[in-house]
Amino acid sequence: MGDILGLVAKRLGMGLMILLIISVIIFFMVELLPGDIAEAVLGQGATEENVRVLREQMGLNDPALFRYFEWLKGAVMLDFGRSIVTQEAVMSVIGERFRNTLFLATYAAVIAVPFAIILGVIVALLRNSVFDRVANVLTLTSISSPEFFLGYILILFFSVKWGMFPAIASLNDSMSFWELLNRTFLPALTLVLVVTAHMMRMTRAAIINLLASPYIEMAKLKGTPPWKVIVRHALPNAWAPIINVVALNLAYLITGVVLVEVVFVYPGIGQALVDAVSKRDFPVVQACCLIFAATFILLNLAADVGAILTNPRLRHPK
Amino acid sequence: MEDISTLWYFGLTPSTFALTYFTALVVASCVAAFYNHRQPFMMIFSLTLVSIIVGIIGGVHALWVIALIAFIIAMAAMVSYAFREFLILIASTELAKELRTAPLTAAFGMFVIFVYAIAGIFAPWIAPHGEAEVITSAFAPADANMLLGADQLGRDMFSRLIYGTRNSVGLALTATLLAFFMGAFAGLLAATKGGWLDNLLARFADVIMSIPSLIFALLMLSIFGPSMPVIIIAVSIIYAPRVFRLTRAVAGNVVVMDYIEAAKLRGEGTGYLIRREILPNSTAPLIAEFGLEFCFVFLLVAGLSFLGLGIQPPTADWGSMVRENATLISFGEITPLIPAAAIALLTVGVNFVVDWMLHRSSGLKE
Repeated sequence: MGDILGLVAKRLGMGLMILLIISVIIFFMVELLPGDIAEAVLGQGATEENVRVLREQMGLNDPALFRYFEWLKGAVMLDFGRSIVTQEAVMSVIGERFRNTLFLATYAAVIAVPFAIILGVIVALLRNSVFDRVANVLTLTSISSPEFFLGYILILFFSVKWGMFPAIASLNDSMSFWELLNRTFLPALTLVLVVTAHMMRMTRAAIINLLASPYIEMAKLKGTPPWKVIVRHALPNAWAPIINVVALNLAYLITGVVLVEVVFVYPGIGQALVDAVSKRDFPVVQACCLIFAATFILLNLAADVGAILTNPRLRHPK
Repeated sequence: MEDISTLWYFGLTPSTFALTYFTALVVASCVAAFYNHRQPFMMIFSLTLVSIIVGIIGGVHALWVIALIAFIIAMAAMVSYAFREFLILIASTELAKELRTAPLTAAFGMFVIFVYAIAGIFAPWIAPHGEAEVITSAFAPADANMLLGADQLGRDMFSRLIYGTRNSVGLALTATLLAFFMGAFAGLLAATKGGWLDNLLARFADVIMSIPSLIFALLMLSIFGPSMPVIIIAVSIIYAPRVFRLTRAVAGNVVVMDYIEAAKLRGEGTGYLIRREILPNSTAPLIAEFGLEFCFVFLLVAGLSFLGLGIQPPTADWGSMVRENATLISFGEITPLIPAAAIALLTVGVNFVVDWMLHRSSGLKE
């Protein structure tokens, strides 16, 4: 057991390291601006006085390294400073939105994960049949479509033509849980379609890879019935790749959410990021980027750890 | 309403339409069965059975929807088939042999790429109106002059769609090429030199790849502002590490071969090794990767334009066209879906071709 903990701790350390490097990138990229933030935000027409006040306000007169550590210290305690545009604390702008985004992603994941894995396994077992080929074409099409294409198709049919679900996902606190699920159904469905396609293809590839291994052939040759080959021999070894597939796709979901939120005007962190980018509100952009990157790394880490836990071979690297 | 419904069923009355449709299906399946084509027969006959059930449940209109979908798929299949035969005829013997193994989906992909290339290259001659030319009122419906109606400023949608091929695909292609050259060069260098340079480049690639691509692009655009060069450079930096990894892996397998050792002993330099020994032996996976890479880049750029952070107006660009006309969707118009479909169609086409190439280069793995 001890060596597992050691391995997991090592992975965690590596994840933290990467996150630290990313925070450096996110922070110092803004420093690459010609001039500095204050000049960039205020634009050409700014007076000397205005620039000076903003510089003072953002503490731009301190050296960059000092500001980086201040910012990092704040970020660890979830305090990302104040927005340049609205002067509000960044966390009060995106805190609520981050919860909404997590809700949407969880909603999509709860539907997509079981659905995709079951379909992926079925397609892998029926490989090279007509069903498999149709599934191949459909998933490839779904992967190749931009999220907004799927989103608008769903709006056109489910909302405009058939009037089953609302096209705009506005939320408020007084809604019941069912109302909430109904309101966010179309954005969630868009994500489900994209993620399911990815996950199905990856599950199929993983299972086919598995079924080609020598011990499966051995089991078949000694006359084990097909269902037993799958349950006894294939499934225990399939968990590792499947966990990997799930974690990777959840990481994908986190970024796919940005476009979907914009299509459905969903009050999530993705939309906050897009708004902040067009207004050049750097503190908000930095905070959103760091949160997205952290979630992404966390999920990739989960994939690694899951793989280690379910596959004893990884615990004893050669 | 009356004349629309007759037009709906390919110009036939509902009962004649249903009768013709089923007769055509049964005749087609009989012909397929007679000439011993099992798969086409199974497909056509199961379509017949499904149509009967759907027809009973959903009436003639549902039948029409199924017939239309089947018709579109059949048309696409026939066009792909003809295009493949055409390519086989004009290609050299060696290439023709390869092309014969291409499935219809891959032929369809090649056809799509061909059409887009034509549209992009000859845009000014094909498009009836100028790219930014305002010719009528906003959101004017389609007529003989404007195939797809007008956009939010009264510009011809069809012309903008044609010009968009040039801008959107051109931008994505440039960014992909740049990413590819950077990644492939660094990968080849890492594989041939090895040592600390290899390690450094690999760590650098790891860091870039651990930031979600869209987020990284947004970060860079917020800093440098959305302009063509910034988009191209940002996107190519984001996707170069993928190419780097693949090139490094592929070249890493080639580097350990005996003929490389022989070349080194002859005293050849790194440049010669890369150009004459390693590259020719690792082209196949690299070409497939180029296609995949293009799809990723294209979707990312389209996403950025959709968010209003890509190519700036008045340049026609598919992503921004979707965004600009998005309000029409709430009136049940499909106008904003057309540029989005144009994006999807190209990525699907490229993916089909790549799928075939990967399958071919992996042998009979699956």
